[in-house]
Amino acid sequence: MFKKLAIGAAFALALAPASTFAAGGGEQHIEDFDFSFEGPFGTYDQNQLQRGLQIYTEVCAACHGLKYVPLRTLSDPDGVGMPEDQVRAYAAGNFEVFDPELDDFRPAIPTDHFPANTAAGAPDLSLMAKARAGFHGPYGLGINQLVKGMGGAEYIASLLHGYTGHEKEEAGAVLYENTAFPGGWISMAPPLFDEQVEFADGHENTVEAMAQDVAAFLMWTAEPKMMGRKNAGFVGVIFLSVLSVLLYLVNKRLWAPHKGKIRKD
Amino acid sequence: MSGIPHDHYEPKTNGEKWLNSRLPIVGLLYDTLMIPTPKNLNWWWIWGIVLAFCLALQIVTGIVLVMHYTPHVDLAFASIEHIMRNVNGGYMLRYLHMNGASLFFVAVYIHIFRGLFYGSYKAPREITWIIGMLIYLCMMGTAFMGYVLPWGQMSFWGATVITGLFGAIPFIGDAIQTWLLGGPAVDNATLNRFFSLHYLLPFVIAALVIVHIWAFHTTGNNNPTGVEVRRGSKAEAEKDTLPFWPYFVIKDLFALAVILVVFWAVVGFMPNYLGHPDNYIEANPLVTPAHIVPEWYFLPFYAILRAFTGEVWVVQFASFITGGIVDAKFFGVLAMFGAILAMALAPWLDTSTVRSGKYRPMFKWWFYLLVIDFFALMWLGAMPAEEPYATFSLIASAYWFAYFFVILPILGVIEKPEAQPETIEEDFNAHYGKADADATPAE
Repeated sequence: MFKKLAIGAAFALALAPASTFAAGGGEQHIEDFDFSFEGPFGTYDQNQLQRGLQIYTEVCAACHGLKYVPLRTLSDPDGVGMPEDQVRAYAAGNFEVFDPELDDFRPAIPTDHFPANTAAGAPDLSLMAKARAGFHGPYGLGINQLVKGMGGAEYIASLLHGYTGHEKEEAGAVLYENTAFPGGWISMAPPLFDEQVEFADGHENTVEAMAQDVAAFLMWTAEPKMMGRKNAGFVGVIFLSVLSVLLYLVNKRLWAPHKGKIRKD
Repeated sequence: MSGIPHDHYEPKTNGEKWLNSRLPIVGLLYDTLMIPTPKNLNWWWIWGIVLAFCLALQIVTGIVLVMHYTPHVDLAFASIEHIMRNVNGGYMLRYLHMNGASLFFVAVYIHIFRGLFYGSYKAPREITWIIGMLIYLCMMGTAFMGYVLPWGQMSFWGATVITGLFGAIPFIGDAIQTWLLGGPAVDNATLNRFFSLHYLLPFVIAALVIVHIWAFHTTGNNNPTGVEVRRGSKAEAEKDTLPFWPYFVIKDLFALAVILVVFWAVVGFMPNYLGHPDNYIEANPLVTPAHIVPEWYFLPFYAILRAFTGEVWVVQFASFITGGIVDAKFFGVLAMFGAILAMALAPWLDTSTVRSGKYRPMFKWWFYLLVIDFFALMWLGAMPAEEPYATFSLIASAYWFAYFFVILPILGVIEKPEAQPETIEEDFNAHYGKADADATPAE
């Protein structure tokens, strides 16, 4: 196993020189975007999730799958919030799935998942926003995550507009320089360009705006129950705080006969 | 059950007498709940209840999670996502279970360090201490195997690294590792046996907890002064103690509620803070993560494991005198388990006759340094194995062993302890004043 570790370390070292040249200092550059879902009070911006879904469908889905996400969850009111008939139309219009019973492909229905997509060797994006940490500081303690969040969505957004425009060829593959990617060179070509996706409401469609929209959408695919969780968090914290106060008073009263008038010096 | 004189359960009604002559269970529960407890226990004594709560929380959430989890390499990761997305309240169950493990370890570390400071391990409580250490070992085993079950990248590679430790044992290591894994590498057989043991060990812990409680109910609780409860008569004992119910139950429940506010906030607002992002990537035997980092609660001992490299003279010396049987890898493993063994041996390494650290002017500072050392090791365990962290790790590891094997034995001889109170009552009254109820019993 140490052999494997050694191989891993050697691999990391082999990658290291490339990263030294990236972004001037070898450090990944993750921009701290202000997402609506950060912090205990943060909620998803439904319009943003819908724009993100559109970007995913028109751009990312060509190579990336979302295999853990059931299409029916697009109608969750805490998430994308698409009406059910639209979800049916969206599923049927955009994806085909293999049905073992028919032994053939058929249009997707809401109970199917987004299809897996391994055609281009691109990673599945279902959990990407939780599988990357944008922030680790200070000193590797990760305490800044308390205020900034884990930074997975920031990582994705930073990556999508972190291309410097430089490219190089290595072992027959073209690599693109990217300031957010560990190692500094990524094999994914810049996927977004300005005005690539037209939004029905005419919302801003620069690379930076779209990168944040699709990052927010991927945060939702990774953590679809975030709103329920925060809600449960508040209910629990308030309930337990009240319980603490009551128990404090009971405890004080209970012990009072056994303690003198406080004469602690 | 305890050696401290107190009232025992007397069956009154015919029904109670009938049951009591056949199964004295009510009496057992009564004596357990009404145990005389030193009335000067401070807030460091509340963590036992927190630990009991954690065990219950983990077992209850765990049993429900098992109803939806599939222990198979092809399905485990997806079944966790099924829990997170489709099971009613599944995301809360899973996050509670995940963070419950962390709360469990926060509590156990404070509980252990409380014991180390107040000399709770000293005679006559050695058995309580040893059983506590066994519980801690079982907790580590359970937590480690539980972390493998989601079958993420850290699960897989953590399992590979940790089971590899057993492979470091000379001659028989490879055979043991293969036996543990159920094959040449971490695979489906490993996942299945870890799942089985992850379900089994909590019940072993529960049994050990009962013995742990039984042991200290026999000796009585330690307390911040380290002075024993007077046992001459019931009246004398009652001056030093109050029954566990309701006084300490309510006090402990209050503390538990406050701790749960924080715990619930973590679960609700940042449940992945203590996790590793790589565990949201499905296990892939072909891709090694850049850094393999164990869960935070293993980091201090992981730092000790890594501290002893082949460049350290102690390691070279050990290798030389054993003819190369003890290599750097095996030395690291021995050091890691030795660090835990050192704690278990504390009752016999500490030569001081004074129990509580409060009255030991020199011990105090060495103890505080040990606490700092523990956090330093935790931080170093998360850092990459390179300078300057390697040197720091070595120094911090050396202090851990020095504390138990050098400082504790020597301090007992050279230290001049401060005056201790005669009785627990005296200490209690010095803090809170003499209660009117006690002062004028005649009126």
